[in-house]
Amino acid sequence: MLAVDLLLTLAALATAGQCLLLPGLFRAVTNLMAFGLVMALIWVRLDAPDVALAEAAIGAGITGALLLTALGQLPASQRQLQHVNYRFPHLFIPITIIVLFIGSLVWAAMLSLPKLGLVKEIAATLPYSGAEHAVTAILLNLRGVDTLLEIAVMLCAVAAIWSLQQAIPPPVLAGVNYPGLTTLARWLHPLFLLTFCYFLWQGTHAPGGAFPAGAVLGAGGVLLLLTSNIEWMHQRAYNPLLRWLLSAGLLLFLATALSGFLMTGTLYGLPPPLAGYFIIAIEVATALSIALMLMTFYLFGRPGNWP
Amino acid sequence: MRELLAAGLILLGLPFFIASTLGLLRFHDVYARLHALTKADNVGLGLICLGLALQASSLAVALKILLIWGLILLASSTGATLISTSALQHGPSPLRLDDRDPDAGR
Repeated sequence: MLAVDLLLTLAALATAGQCLLLPGLFRAVTNLMAFGLVMALIWVRLDAPDVALAEAAIGAGITGALLLTALGQLPASQRQLQHVNYRFPHLFIPITIIVLFIGSLVWAAMLSLPKLGLVKEIAATLPYSGAEHAVTAILLNLRGVDTLLEIAVMLCAVAAIWSLQQAIPPPVLAGVNYPGLTTLARWLHPLFLLTFCYFLWQGTHAPGGAFPAGAVLGAGGVLLLLTSNIEWMHQRAYNPLLRWLLSAGLLLFLATALSGFLMTGTLYGLPPPLAGYFIIAIEVATALSIALMLMTFYLFGRPGNWP
Repeated sequence: MRELLAAGLILLGLPFFIASTLGLLRFHDVYARLHALTKADNVGLGLICLGLALQASSLAVALKILLIWGLILLASSTGATLISTSALQHGPSPLRLDDRDPDAGR
């Protein structure tokens, strides 16, 4: 397996280097997507399937497609912005020194770490957390505040995209007919829904949970959106509903944190007998909210221009 | 016996991947590259998935591996038509037989 690990490391370094150094934004984006896939494989090799799922879905898939669309919006003259006067031999020595310095710092930090990390402490609190899987317990109960802030950051991203421009209608409406795409989106959507439910159900006891589930449902929704099967998102009448749905996950999360405060005295301190129900409620709401936010990224702007 | 069959199928699938990679690197335009990539990848991946499914510990795992192949067949064929439609509209048109091939004889 050492050969596989070495190949993965080389591939990650090569794609990262090409992403940064090659001229042209298109090459940078495609290399970034390849880098995301390689990173997902590396996470699998490190026994972290949760991170691998999130990296593959969000890092490689959704971010890459967003960047490609942004690239398509740029005028042709700006796609070559990356032309820096790059002199390889000139910069080689300082870059090598910095990389070696940072590498040795990281190495020293890793050597000084306690070997087991927090595994023991988490295993001790796992029975009271309401989830059987350590990652779900950490994400939704022990460090639930972090997850709450992540949802808030995603909501801010939606607000930022909406404030930039008006929504762009899907390309199918612009008269371009892509064969097979509509059919594929419709055929695959039941499977996306099934995988979503499977990830949610699996999250309590195995790798899975709200983030991968939301990413899968979001990806299916993006397919439907781009083939203009979801027209209500563009309509003005549904705009308030869309806003409420988008913030529902964060609101429920906040309500949970406050009710934990009222019941136990600490913010987000879920009482152990009820923690399981809270976690399920948060997980479903967060997953739906993540899926919807990922879809609204692909409106490319503020919807509600259609009557 | 099963191990041997699985290893044989996987080994049989590898040349398809090598050939399609060669095609991706060496063919002259988008359409020919797509042709090499999708067709060879589908057969090669099918053989490798069959080999892996034979090695799987249970029927459920084997069926999941075959499902992956089916999904990739759907996605890659649709993706190929999408790329070629887009290339026909915005990019260069396909090379015809009577066009002079700049790489001829190499």
